Amino acid sequence: MEHNNGLPKKNPLSLQLDLKKFSAAQFEKATDEEKRQQDVMSESTTFFKDGMRKLSKNPLAMGSIVVLLLILVGILILPSIVPYQYDEILSVNGKRDKSAKNLAPFTYSEMEQKYIEEGGSRFPHIFGTDEQCRDYFVRVIYGTRISLAIGFFASLIVLIIGLIYGSISGYIGGRTDLIMMRIVDIIYSLPDMLVIILLSVVLNETLKFPSGSFLSKLGTNMISLFVVFGMLYWVGLARLIRGQILSIKENEYVLAARTIGAKPTRIIRKHILPNCLSVIIISTALQIPSAIFTESFLSFVGIGVKAPMPSLGSLANAARSGLQSYPYKLIFPALMICLIVLSFNLLGDGLRDAFDPKLKR
Amino acid sequence: MSDVLVDVKNLKQYFPVKTGFFKTLPLKAVDDVSFSIAPGETLGLVGESGCGKTTVGRSILHLYKPTGGEVFFEGEKVTADNIQMMRRKMQMVFQDPYSSLDPRMTVEDIIGEPLDVHKLCSSRSERRERILYLMETVGLNAEHARRYAHEFSGGQRQRIGIARALAAEPKFIVCDEPVSALDVSIQAQVINMFEDLQEKLGIAYLFIAHDLLVVHHISRRIAVMYLGKIVEMAEADEINAHPQHPYTVSLLSAVPIPDPDIARSRKRILLEGDVPSPLKMPSGCAFRTRCRYATEKCAESCPSLTDRGNGHFVACFNQ
Amino acid sequence: MAINMHEYLLDVQDLHTSFFTDSGEVQAVNGVSFHLDPGEILGIVGESGSGKSVTAYSIMRILADTGRIVGGKILYKGDDLASYSEKQMQRFRGKCCSIIFQDPMTSLNPVFTIGSQMREAVVLHTEKRGEEATARVIELLELVGINEPKKRIKQYPFELSGGMRQRVMIAMALACEPDILIADEPTTALDVTIQAQILELIQELQKKLGMAVILVTHDLGVIANMCDNVVVMYGGRICERGTAREIFYHPRHEYTKGLLRSIPNVNNMKTKLVPISGTPINMLCMPKGCAFCTRCDAAMKICLTEVPEELEINEEHRAACWMNVKEAFEEGGDSE
Repeated sequence: MEHNNGLPKKNPLSLQLDLKKFSAAQFEKATDEEKRQQDVMSESTTFFKDGMRKLSKNPLAMGSIVVLLLILVGILILPSIVPYQYDEILSVNGKRDKSAKNLAPFTYSEMEQKYIEEGGSRFPHIFGTDEQCRDYFVRVIYGTRISLAIGFFASLIVLIIGLIYGSISGYIGGRTDLIMMRIVDIIYSLPDMLVIILLSVVLNETLKFPSGSFLSKLGTNMISLFVVFGMLYWVGLARLIRGQILSIKENEYVLAARTIGAKPTRIIRKHILPNCLSVIIISTALQIPSAIFTESFLSFVGIGVKAPMPSLGSLANAARSGLQSYPYKLIFPALMICLIVLSFNLLGDGLRDAFDPKLKR
Repeated sequence: MSDVLVDVKNLKQYFPVKTGFFKTLPLKAVDDVSFSIAPGETLGLVGESGCGKTTVGRSILHLYKPTGGEVFFEGEKVTADNIQMMRRKMQMVFQDPYSSLDPRMTVEDIIGEPLDVHKLCSSRSERRERILYLMETVGLNAEHARRYAHEFSGGQRQRIGIARALAAEPKFIVCDEPVSALDVSIQAQVINMFEDLQEKLGIAYLFIAHDLLVVHHISRRIAVMYLGKIVEMAEADEINAHPQHPYTVSLLSAVPIPDPDIARSRKRILLEGDVPSPLKMPSGCAFRTRCRYATEKCAESCPSLTDRGNGHFVACFNQ
Repeated sequence: MAINMHEYLLDVQDLHTSFFTDSGEVQAVNGVSFHLDPGEILGIVGESGSGKSVTAYSIMRILADTGRIVGGKILYKGDDLASYSEKQMQRFRGKCCSIIFQDPMTSLNPVFTIGSQMREAVVLHTEKRGEEATARVIELLELVGINEPKKRIKQYPFELSGGMRQRVMIAMALACEPDILIADEPTTALDVTIQAQILELIQELQKKLGMAVILVTHDLGVIANMCDNVVVMYGGRICERGTAREIFYHPRHEYTKGLLRSIPNVNNMKTKLVPISGTPINMLCMPKGCAFCTRCDAAMKICLTEVPEELEINEEHRAACWMNVKEAFEEGGDSE
């Protein structure tokens, strides 16, 4: 206190301030209630809400969602509106319409024109027809349906196998992890095209489906494609999930769960998987277009879906022969592939930006 | 055995470390550590980073399989078989309030997890009641039960972590640096809460920290660790007033005291150099490379922890 | 800290720095003024979010992309730093003012040797080249107490311990003998005994080279050990500033008082600590009045609505707390 002795008794503050502007009421103690009013806790947001908010601000991702939804609604509803079947050879009044070959979009064949002149009504061929006199629009829609379904189910197979394999490998770690990851390395090194071709040959011999069932309509090539997806393409996801789990495992909350006495299955289910969820969603969203691409490619080279079942790839393949005369027959399915793949990729990127915790501000 | 709750005997925890393609060396994180904790007591464990203090806490809870030695809880040996049950009575509070709470779980689920794991609640309403009671105990607003952990500040998160540790009504909690990640103005809140809970519930703590002032404030006894070994253990006041091991002496003198006059008048005893790598431990006493009093004897053999009266244990050849 | 017209080494006047984030503007520094004399050790103390580091970064103009100085002046030897071009700023950063950071691991590039990183700093800011530069690097490493510097310059950052790395950082910062060394939490990541070594080193170097040091930390213990003058910050504003003795023995702001009560000290080992209640403020929604009002036990009605002005308590001490005004008001009321 010694150096305070020289100060005048009067409070020096009164020299710096006009004390008259204050009133005694201002110096009353504030109540807890008044204090609390100043103290606002920020609005409650969950991880999911926050991610969706960010996603909704991304115009490309939102656009992709709209496009994908439109496509989805289209392939579900349109086949019941358009009165043609994907394998239906056009006929008028029960008579085969041989003139309806390779029609341009929105044109009618001679028989159809005659029929319309006679007062009948005919649904327009929006994309024209193919060389076997089938409505091309319906075929493209069915092709999209098949391609999307294959993309979706293939991704699902990949997801399930990759998830289980990756979680086990990552969680147990040590020697188990080492061995499991070497197996992954071996699978990675197999040339997938070769395996698909070999498998489809082998399965063609061995697999017999009752004729008329959906599986036989798809054809063995497609089944082998699923098998190949199941066998080969999960490795990427398994690696990704293993890496995620290895890093999540280091978090103290996993240790905390062990301290509480939680068993490994509970820890994986309750703590680890929910925290890899964003990575799983993102990689699945990116897996779908790659599966569609592979399917299209295989159908294009002729080992995809079995005719007459169309897929976008096989449609493109069929259009190859008449490319110079009927370019639109290639453009429609190709455009569809582009649209789907692009939308999924953009959506996947958007999801990553919105949900990946590593990219947080 | 009634006055001993946790008894740690010659605990050893080595980790294999790959140093070459084929060579693995044991990293002696904890080497022959023994101590005991009475019910309702706090033992402070201090030391610098890498001295093995966190490993001690985790080995007691069997989060690592101990290389050697035994841990007894209420007279019963802790083994891999009974640890799941033991973890009801032994709990842990972690250092980092950010990574120790699952970001995808609500506060309610985090605190309720021990209840779910050990099936302590028969109905949902009982579970909820218990969770709200726990939240109240640690001074959290019960309205926030449905919120996610990341919405809270560091101090509040640490309270959530403490509530989780308390949920299964443990008798012993390992507190692993529970305040060092918190802001200064929040630390006192959490320290006080630990003290209040101990008074109310009679829980024993192993309080691990590097801040000697904090440890001194909360602990009855303090153990000082250096490179995997306890070098000195005594009553908190005793160790502060009469530190005997040269490491403790310099550690105490290095603590920045928030008082300008005291801080400037006292003499700091600076230690030379760095802590040696635990993979290349010096022979004999681990501290001899930095010790001012090191003699040849220190290089030859390792001093053991001996009682110098009044329960003041020191591991040093010099008197 | 006498208030007169002489030119300070560094004079920060009413500094405002804001970050523009998705959730809105965050006023990280909100009207901060202080000054620094040559050879002074100034401590800036505050908890996380108090704006202490942002103040330091504003001086160096090394704010993150979203941050901007929106008001106030920073005068270095009377020159306004705002008028400096980016090029002049680069010279300023090495020659006049250097900064060392909390984490020595991340501030050193892991793929280059200590020697090459330090040479870069030397070559950038001095005329020395080749052998001469290497000699300077070794000289600097010796200065910061690194043994066998010739061997060390060939080593990579990961081969050094935390304390060693911080020494290397200090050596780099001293490459061209700046007038000011800003140390942003230099010892927070280090152990107690290593912390003592580094603090001792900074003190020693400060005496030897006569530079001024701004020590940014949350640790009141470090402040008490090192600093001549102290600035206490909370919520982007200065609570009080003055000599270390004044701040520690006669605190005049409720926050400082609470802080000193709440930390374990040699004197309060047997008694319960008196914590500051509440939680740290949310920088996105600051109270209208004093930033500390929601946690202050002595908060008055005026604290909630009006920001307190900084007032001179005595020559060595200024504080911004309505409690001081209240005292003056009550006394003034008696005498008039």
